[in-house]
Amino acid sequence: MAEPLLRVEGVSKRFGGLLAVDNVSLSVESGRITALIGPNGAGKTTLFAMISGFLTPGSGRIYHRGEDITGVPPYRLARRGIARTFQIVRPFAGLTVHENIAVGAHLSRRSRAAARDAAARVAQLVGLAELVDKPAASLTVAGRKRLELARTLATEPNLLLLDEVLAGLNPTELAAMVPTIRAIADRGITIVMIEHVMQAVMSLAQQVYVLSEGRILTAGSPQDVVGDARVIEAYLGRGAAARLAAAGAPHG
Amino acid sequence: MRAWAPIAIVVALLAAVPLVTASNVVLNFMVVALLTALVGQGWNLLGGYGGQYSFGHAAFFGTGAYATAILQVRYGVNAWLGFAIGIAAGAAVGAFIGALSFRSGLKGSYFALVTLAFAEVLRIVASVAPITGAGVGTLIKLDLRAEALQFQSRVPFYWIILGLVAVSVVIMRMIEDSRFGAYLVALRENEDAAKALGVNTTLVKLAAMTISAAIAAAGGCFYAQYFLFIDAGIAYGPWISIAALLAPIVGGAGTVFGPLLGALVVKTLGEATKLVAGDAPGLDLVIYGCVLILIVAFAPSGIAGLLLKARQRFAALKSLRPEPPHG
Repeated sequence: MAEPLLRVEGVSKRFGGLLAVDNVSLSVESGRITALIGPNGAGKTTLFAMISGFLTPGSGRIYHRGEDITGVPPYRLARRGIARTFQIVRPFAGLTVHENIAVGAHLSRRSRAAARDAAARVAQLVGLAELVDKPAASLTVAGRKRLELARTLATEPNLLLLDEVLAGLNPTELAAMVPTIRAIADRGITIVMIEHVMQAVMSLAQQVYVLSEGRILTAGSPQDVVGDARVIEAYLGRGAAARLAAAGAPHG
Repeated sequence: MRAWAPIAIVVALLAAVPLVTASNVVLNFMVVALLTALVGQGWNLLGGYGGQYSFGHAAFFGTGAYATAILQVRYGVNAWLGFAIGIAAGAAVGAFIGALSFRSGLKGSYFALVTLAFAEVLRIVASVAPITGAGVGTLIKLDLRAEALQFQSRVPFYWIILGLVAVSVVIMRMIEDSRFGAYLVALRENEDAAKALGVNTTLVKLAAMTISAAIAAAGGCFYAQYFLFIDAGIAYGPWISIAALLAPIVGGAGTVFGPLLGALVVKTLGEATKLVAGDAPGLDLVIYGCVLILIVAFAPSGIAGLLLKARQRFAALKSLRPEPPHG
């Protein structure tokens, strides 16, 4: 079997008394969209932070294209083609949208002109073309999420880690964003997304990992996972699956 | 190129000053203002563009000044060569302090305090070390020859400091137009986001601090040649650290002309205070403090920012006005 693009092996992270990520293993196949779901506080963002180099795992290893990247700093991972967005968006607020994206485009381009050209193309791709001259601080939530996406895309990644890029969007914005993400995947970029919007996960992801209390609860196709009693209980509480089944039975 | 025209015009206008007046008072004022602009430009690269606020640019200024003076007085090195070595020495001190602070992740007020502490330590060391002349200071022997970088008239000094300011402005414009500049501004706006986009933020900050220190050190070298005397309080004193940050903040931090604009305004205010209040010690500092508070409260992007806003308002007004009827 071919080596997966990303392989996480037995990774753990402890913050004081809290074991945020507990012995997590997963693998991400090239060219697919993999979703990471789970209740709040499950450790999803911590896991992302370790994959993208912002945190060093307490134990375990992370491999990208078969090479050990555990503890490699974020800027080097970006050069390897691993890009991430932030759950709490971090625009370069004082700069224009165009300049924001150009910072990402500079990764593989020294010249200002080339970076700005590439940035304009990326802005087109993510639907920010109309707003390129606006200051990033003036964007709406949806605009800022697109900007996060655009900046990371401009680095020309092979692995894109999206941390809740759909959170906080209204239904119209959501409907507009889902095709954007699919278009990115269609360009051959492998995506791992943390997402709470299940409707989007169901339509986009081919593989889903469910994280709860720092552990992988289950993994599989979106359809398998949402029917899993353990997943329902993780979200709604112990016994919820049974109660739901009991309540649903008379109608079924 | 369009971007270079304003620089050429401003430098040409300033270059005309000695042709218009031969007054030593005016020239001396202008030399000191340009010196402040130069050191401020150094601070501007690190603080204005990079968002790393140093309170201790005296460390670089003083190192440049002492290196120039000591090399001449104790080792008989040529003044021009001493000037160049002074710049390199200042850059080295900048790289050293930068490596220590940035590698240990110091930011914001912690970085400011560490730079302040380094400048103060250097001041205290310079005030007791024999090589600096300790409390007595170092006097450069009068030798009014161009080879010794000394001149009878103030005019050549004026050209030299104007030349240095012009070079610093050109350097700043080139950095603005480079990947390094884009990265520097990005890490000022959000360091984590910059890291995620592949920016080696530690290295970028270190490079900025080294260039920043070199520019401030050039100011120190010039000071030593112009006044021919330095002591610990002058070279490493807080006055220059304050001047270095006051000029760009008042003029517009993170803009090419901010330090020059700010230096002229601040020095004019300082002179005006002296005219009104005589030589009351420290009163100019009180005025500077008030100006700083006003700027931070009402014009956080400085005078340059105010001008830009005024221009945008004017453009908006003009576009609102109906087209004049034809015929």
